[in-house]
Amino acid sequence: MSINKAIDEDSNQNINSRLTWEGCNVLLDINDGDRLVFARLTAASTLKIGNKKCSLQPLIGCPFGSLFQVESGKGLILTRFVPNAEGNNLEEKDVDGSKDNRALVDNNTAQSLTSEDIDEMRKQGAKGDEIVEALIANSATFEKKTLFSQEKYRVKKQKKYAPRVLLRRPFARSICEAYFKKHPDKIGFMRVDALSLLLCLGNVTSNADVLLVDMLGGIVTGAIAERLGGTGYVCNTYRGSSPYPVDITRMFNLSDEICKRIVHASLTDLNSSQTGASVSVNQEETLPVTHSGNLEEVGVSAEDGGMDITPEKVPSPIIKPCKSIKAGQKAPLEAIKLWKENGFSSLIIAAPEQDPWGIIKEVLPLLSFSAPFAIYHQYAQPLATCMHNLQIEKMAIGLQISEPWLREYQILPSRTHPHMQMSAFGGYILSGTKISSSEPVASSN
Amino acid sequence: MILPIDPANKLSFKRCIKDGDLVIVYERHDTMKAVKVSEDGVLQNRFGAFKHSEWIGKPFGSKVLSNKGSFVYLLAPTAELWTLVLSHRTQILYIADISFVVMYLEIVPGCSVLESGTGSGSLTTSLARAVAPTGHVYTFDFHEQRAASAREDFEKTGLSNLVTVGVRDIQGEGFPDEFCGRADSVFLDLPQPWLAIPSAGKMLKPDGILCSFSPCIEQVRRSCDALKSHFTDIRTFEVLLRTYEVRQKILERCPVNEEDSNKCPPRKRRQGSAEGSNGNECSSSPTVVIRPSGEARGHTGYLTFARLKCFV
Repeated sequence: MSINKAIDEDSNQNINSRLTWEGCNVLLDINDGDRLVFARLTAASTLKIGNKKCSLQPLIGCPFGSLFQVESGKGLILTRFVPNAEGNNLEEKDVDGSKDNRALVDNNTAQSLTSEDIDEMRKQGAKGDEIVEALIANSATFEKKTLFSQEKYRVKKQKKYAPRVLLRRPFARSICEAYFKKHPDKIGFMRVDALSLLLCLGNVTSNADVLLVDMLGGIVTGAIAERLGGTGYVCNTYRGSSPYPVDITRMFNLSDEICKRIVHASLTDLNSSQTGASVSVNQEETLPVTHSGNLEEVGVSAEDGGMDITPEKVPSPIIKPCKSIKAGQKAPLEAIKLWKENGFSSLIIAAPEQDPWGIIKEVLPLLSFSAPFAIYHQYAQPLATCMHNLQIEKMAIGLQISEPWLREYQILPSRTHPHMQMSAFGGYILSGTKISSSEPVASSN
Repeated sequence: MILPIDPANKLSFKRCIKDGDLVIVYERHDTMKAVKVSEDGVLQNRFGAFKHSEWIGKPFGSKVLSNKGSFVYLLAPTAELWTLVLSHRTQILYIADISFVVMYLEIVPGCSVLESGTGSGSLTTSLARAVAPTGHVYTFDFHEQRAASAREDFEKTGLSNLVTVGVRDIQGEGFPDEFCGRADSVFLDLPQPWLAIPSAGKMLKPDGILCSFSPCIEQVRRSCDALKSHFTDIRTFEVLLRTYEVRQKILERCPVNEEDSNKCPPRKRRQGSAEGSNGNECSSSPTVVIRPSGEARGHTGYLTFARLKCFV
């Protein structure tokens, strides 16, 4: 058994790279999921913590998965934090039942350090960890707490005085999860398990030619492009004169090679019988996704509960327009010609405000025979009508409406149970396979 | 076959069924069969006899007739269809778990993935689809005959360039040393996954992801214990699928007025009885209705994910 050599030759821009590079997109997980921020790493990009900004420069060239602690020196500085291999050994310690909360009185006098004291410590250059230790030492009730609540107290103070930033690779999963958590309406309430199903039922794989209607801001486009890995095409089609925005693709770490595979073509162009110069009607080459080296940041903040997609203008002239994303060019004419001759190999529709039947009856003829399709919707009824019509018109077989259900568990000694809160709805998917319309002639035998 | 690796085999309006192709014979959504097309082959089923020679030259997705005039559809194989037709040598993973695993393990083209056990190769097929064209899946099963059958299947589905099947007891011996630090992700479906977790940790690249599938919560507990020292972001999920039934129904609409409704006794259901309307306007036009199917798979297994901690 030999190992595929290709895997060792990751270029910097490769989606599989384990290290960050200047200009790459990252997902910053602040304090264990309390806040999620998408950022582009440049020498000038910053992260706002509290009311102060700290430079993201130290994160460039670091392995994904590395942890940073915010230290206040001259301003805030992110320094590498290496956890010990022991991990959290709380579980091994005897879970002592001897302590409970009978002696705890909530009268706000347990902590003898005042905020002035803490400010003074900071001025003298105390590190976040030292402040946490001081708070514990000055807490009158800490020793009386159970081990679990001691740990809880420590984590709470650490989050406040020594916040930690975890460096993550943004992938379809983390992007979808982040949106679903804070701004589900922007992605049509599509949970990550529904997106997973959509990609599988749509048979998205390298070299596929995927016809897509993405009215969810580009989350599906990006997820498909990620799986195409710079082969095949994902062609976003649209009615009217301008393509639907695919801004979310900017949060993925898609290489130029992959971005070239994200194209768009109007339904008119795809349906027109001519395959020539007449196709190029829409001259708008300025696309909603082209942008320069500005820092794009989507703050998913637990504090304000909101997520803003506000391109933050970085005033510094130092930044060279790094890796401007070219996702969403017009489909090349040769490609359109080939699709007309051969048909697309998959069809995915994610337009939860539209009538699915209205869309599929127009785009299904563009799909190859025996090719699978998957339609996402947040309402069951329009999908039911669509499925019924597809059956009546004998356009497809293997039709199924399904709804994924996802439950997370807390796994702890003697305390294993499902999470108390869960998402009760992540969307419906109608899937099926297109069939050839020609009726067979009865065999003579 | 399953993947469009060879452009000549890519699905297209022009791609017709050839001698030697693998086709999925579709009777109903729950009755399908994989068949290898051969010029003199005949498929015999409850609908009669189907001659393969009549299939050759037709596009995939065509309806074909038996000698008795019944019909089936011939579909191009996909990973999803393959999961529905493969021969069960073990309990297999289905689409809800499969799709979630591929997404959560962040498998993209070019990735190297380790898997144990191979089982019937249901997940392996989808892993191969995700790593294609440049990545690879190395899958291990301690059962020699099962590994051989899986190899035959990957040959049949055209995935043998993407999948290597090894015979090895991963729980007892761990993964082979040559994979140390080279796997992007590892998938475990073993009776005692905790025994394989230390080895899986050595195989993963920093920040690589592991998934362990276990039907029982006790297995999950022990796995989570084993994960604690070298992994982070340990999360356990259960993912299920609810399917829906869609049909057309005539829903009766009785008059709002109390007195009138007394005159209108509950009627026996009359299918398509648009003409059966009486003076009280008790009937209505057909509507499409939807409801969850009465029975479903209630449990498959728990999926535990974890990321290798970054110590350097």
